[in-house]
Amino acid sequence: MNERIEVTSDRDVVRVRQLVRTLAVAVKLSLVDQTKLVTAASELARNTLVYGGGGSVEVSPAENGRRKGIRIVFADNGPGIADLDLAFTDGYTTGGGLGLGLSGARRLVDEFDIVTAVGEGTTITVTKWCR
Amino acid sequence: MDRVPVLKIGDILLVSIQIDMEDQVALQLQEDLADRIVATGCHGVIIDISALDIVDSFVGRTLATIAAVSRVLDAETVVVGMRPAVAITLVELGLQLPGIRTALNVELGMDLLARERGDDDGDDGDDVEGTDTPAVSTP
Ligand SMILES: Nc1ncnc2c1ncn2[C@@H]1O[C@H](COP(=O)(O)OP(=O)(O)O)[C@@H](O)[C@H]1O
Ligand SMILES: [Mg+2]
Repeated sequence: MNERIEVTSDRDVVRVRQLVRTLAVAVKLSLVDQTKLVTAASELARNTLVYGGGGSVEVSPAENGRRKGIRIVFADNGPGIADLDLAFTDGYTTGGGLGLGLSGARRLVDEFDIVTAVGEGTTITVTKWCR
Repeated sequence: MDRVPVLKIGDILLVSIQIDMEDQVALQLQEDLADRIVATGCHGVIIDISALDIVDSFVGRTLATIAAVSRVLDAETVVVGMRPAVAITLVELGLQLPGIRTALNVELGMDLLARERGDDDGDDGDDVEGTDTPAVSTP
């Protein structure tokens, strides 16, 4: 049951939060882990919208042996991120935010993978596993 | 677009956020509150977030801005009702909510505002004067 949301407005970021919550409940993530994952998804989906110029978010159940979890892929064809170390520095923002989205989201999930190329776009994949 | 209602209860503006806010809705609330503080002369703002199942950096920043703007307009803001899972997540996200007072529920938030106001008035620290909070119970 892969679910995909095109993110082109604020409203879509809300839809991403709700979809992630629904699937996180379905695989029985704990309440705290649901909250962490939905918060991370909100941050990353907003980045896809604001910095990536829009893109897509795909949410799917993940499995690793007996462990279940949720995997989310955020993809855009925006400007990409030139300096990843800088972008992951707490407080660094080019958009007047708090600069906690990338760094904070990485702390809130179990696996975090980013592929980005200047002028081509950014794809971030995160996974949260049930304990 | 949805709009978050702002209620006036005595000398306090009460905002109970009951929806998953789009970013624009949060910004609108920020403006509405500043307008209402000026229009009513209220000295306290209580923002009840007990219905919010997450607070991300955008909402966090909005709350911090509301608190800062209110202070400039001579009103104190208290955020009440944060869920435990939200608090745990906020800390891990790295959000510190500088300058935001918090209380566990609306009633304790009102007590806090009444106490502060009592002290501000320069009375001799006698809290009794400030405890005539309006009869409102936690939702
Ligand atoms: N999808 C993206 N495409 C391009 N740049 C991005 C993307 N996501 C994040 N960035 C860059 O990384 C910076 C830090 O992002 P973040 O930690 O979420 O903080 P904030 O959103 O508050 O700016 C952003 O200001 C932006 O410059
Ligand atoms: Mg961000």
